[in-house]
Amino acid sequence: MSKKQKKMLIRIIASVGLFIVASLIPSTGIVRFILFMIPYLVVGYDILIKAIKGIINGQVFDECFLMAVATVGAIGLAIMEQSGDYTEAIAVMLFYQIGEWFQSYAVGKSRRNISELMDIRPDYAHIEIDGKLETVDPDEVEVGTVIVVQPGEKVPIDGVIIDGNAALNTAALTGESLPREVGIDDEVISGCIDMDGVLHIKTTKAFGESTVSKILDLVENASSRKSRSEDFISKFAKIYTPTVCISALFLAVVPPLFTLMVGSGDPLWHQWIYRALTFLVISCPCALVISIPLSFFAGIGGASKAGVLVKGSNYLETLSKVNTVVFDKTGTLTEGVFEVNAIHHNTMDADQLLEYAALAESASNHPISKSIQKAYGQTIDRCRVSQLHETSGNGIVAVVDGHEVAVGNSKLMVSKNIDYIDCHSVGTIIHIAIDGTYQGHIVISDRIKPTAKQAITALKQSGIKKTVMLTGDNRKVADNVAKQLGLDQVYSELLPGDKVNKVETLLSEQQEGKLAFVGDGINDAPVLGRADIGIAMGAMGSDAAIEAADIVLMDDDPLKISKAIRISRKTLAIVYENIVFAIGIKLVCLVLGALGIANMWLAIFADVGVMVLAVLNAIRALFVSKL
Amino acid sequence: MKKTYKIEVDCANCANKMEDAAKHTDGVKDCTVNFMTLKMIVDFEDGVDPKTVMANVVKNCKKVEDDCEIYL
Repeated sequence: MSKKQKKMLIRIIASVGLFIVASLIPSTGIVRFILFMIPYLVVGYDILIKAIKGIINGQVFDECFLMAVATVGAIGLAIMEQSGDYTEAIAVMLFYQIGEWFQSYAVGKSRRNISELMDIRPDYAHIEIDGKLETVDPDEVEVGTVIVVQPGEKVPIDGVIIDGNAALNTAALTGESLPREVGIDDEVISGCIDMDGVLHIKTTKAFGESTVSKILDLVENASSRKSRSEDFISKFAKIYTPTVCISALFLAVVPPLFTLMVGSGDPLWHQWIYRALTFLVISCPCALVISIPLSFFAGIGGASKAGVLVKGSNYLETLSKVNTVVFDKTGTLTEGVFEVNAIHHNTMDADQLLEYAALAESASNHPISKSIQKAYGQTIDRCRVSQLHETSGNGIVAVVDGHEVAVGNSKLMVSKNIDYIDCHSVGTIIHIAIDGTYQGHIVISDRIKPTAKQAITALKQSGIKKTVMLTGDNRKVADNVAKQLGLDQVYSELLPGDKVNKVETLLSEQQEGKLAFVGDGINDAPVLGRADIGIAMGAMGSDAAIEAADIVLMDDDPLKISKAIRISRKTLAIVYENIVFAIGIKLVCLVLGALGIANMWLAIFADVGVMVLAVLNAIRALFVSKL
Repeated sequence: MKKTYKIEVDCANCANKMEDAAKHTDGVKDCTVNFMTLKMIVDFEDGVDPKTVMANVVKNCKKVEDDCEIYL
C-alpha cells in the first residue's frame, strides 16, 4: 500500500465511523445537517476541491465534477424536502472513494506482480582486478572484459564462458524450468541465473545491447501499442460521459416543464432531479477505461511468464484472430542442426570428397555448409580456396587447389550442364562436381523437433484451419517432414524472395481471420514483417528476430505457438466480457434510473461495483499456466 | 525524437486525458500514455527543445488533471 492509499483508507474508515455516530444521535434541523456533513467532508473534500479546479480549467465532465454535482444535489434535495436524509449523498461519496481506493490498490498490485515477473534486470557485474572481485555497474563494462558470476547471481551481460561450468536457470527468459548445463566455450545470455558454479565470462556485447536489456525494453514498451479495443473504449468514453450528462440535464428539466405546460398537475421537480442525479453517478466511464488496458497488460504479463514476449496489445488482438499458420521449416519445425548421413556414388575417396566440399563451403555460414565443415572435422586452410562464387539457393562454385569445385543442389548441376545422379534417400542432397565431372553427392538431414508434431496437433485443436510449411529445401525432404507432422500444405524449393511472394499469395487467399508466420528470424525478417503477425522462435541471442517479429518465443519450442494463441484468445475473451458487461450494466441502470426504478444505491453499484468486478475479471488474464 | 517519462496519475481515464493534452501541445508530434506502466512516451517534432516543450506538456496536463505528475 502506498502512502496515498493508506491515507485514503484511514479517511474512509473515519468517515464510516463518523457516519454511524451521526446516525445514532437523534437530531433535527441544522444540528443534524452539521453532524452528517462531517463524514461527508472527511471522505469527499478532495473531490469537491478537484471539481472546483476542474471547472476553473474548463474540465466540466470529469468524474470529480460528476460526483460533486450528484452528492451536492442529493444534499440539496434533502434540505429542500426537509427529510434530513443525507445518507445517500454520503453513501455515494463513500462508495465512490472505496471504489477508487480498490482500483488503485488492484492496479498497483497487478503492476507489481507483472514487474516482479519481469524482474530480470541485473543490478551489478563482478570483475576480477588483481585477484579481487570488484562490483561495478554493468553499463560500464566494456566488450571483451572478463566478468565473474557466482552461484545465485544473474548473468549481467551476454558472453562466452572461458572458465568454469554451471547449471543455468533460464526460467525468467524462457519459462523453461529445466536448468541448462553450460561449460567452457558455451555462449551465455544475460538474465539467466547461475545456480551452482563460478563462471568466468568474456563479454561479447555491451550491457545496452545484451539480451536482457533488449527484452526489458521490449516488455516495458509493450502495452504502449494500443489495440483497437483500447482505442474503441477511449473514444467511447469521450462520447459517453458528455452524452449521459446532457441526458441527465434533460431528465431533470424536460419532463417537469412538459407537465407544467400541459398543465396536468404537479411537475414533481424533486423526483426528476433525483433521477438525473442517479444518471450522473452512473455516467463515470472508469470501469471501462481501466479494465481494458488492465486485461491486455495482464495478458502480456501472463504470456511473458510462459516465455512468450508480445510487443503490444494490438498484436495480442491480432493473434487471437489467427486461423492460418505458416511455418518456415529449418530451425522452426526442425532442429536446424544438419548432419552428414551418407556419401553416395563417389569415385574418389569419401574423405577427400568431403574435404573438397568443406573447402568450397568454407566461407559460408549456412547451416548446411556448417554441417559439411563439421563432418570434415579438420581445420580448414582457406588459402587453398579462391574465386568463391555463391548463388543464393543453389550452391557454391570455387577453385580449390587449382580445380573448379561446384557444390550445390540439382539446379546448380543443371545450370552447369553436369549429369547428376538423383538420390533416393530423404534429406538435403548436395552434389559435387570437380572440373565439370560429377563426383557424387552428400546426404544431409535435419531432425524434426521432438515437440513439432504435438505443436501442430495442438494448433489444430485450438481451431487453426490451415497449416502451411515453406522451405528452400528439396521437395522430397519437405514432403516427408510435412507428412510426418500432418501439415496441410507444403511449398518447397523456394528462394528467400519466393517466401515473401508465397506469403503474399496466401494473404490474398485469406478470406477471414489472420495469417501468422513463424520463423527462426535469421533470414525470415522480410516474411515476418509481411505476415499479419510475425512470430520469431528461439530468440535468445538473435537480435534480428527480436526486431522483426511482433511476438517472440523465447525458447525453440513450437508448442508455445498454440499456447500463445490460447493466451491471446483468453485475454480477448476477457476484454469483450468486460466491454459488454460494463456497458450493458450501465445502460440497463440508466434506463431503470430514467424510469425511476433504480435509486442511488443501484447507481453506485453500476459505477463502483461494475468497476471492481471488471478489474477482478481483468486480472484473470494473468493466469496462463493451465492454458 | 522519442523520450520516455515516468508519470504519476490515479485513474485510467485521466491518463487518456493527459495523452490528449500532450498530443495537442506545440512541438509534440505524437504521444502515448501507458497507464499500466505509468509512462509517457513523447515523440517530439524535429528541431524543438524537449525541455521547453515538456514544460508546456506539464502545464497542459495539469489543466486536464490537477492531480498528475510528470517526472522530467
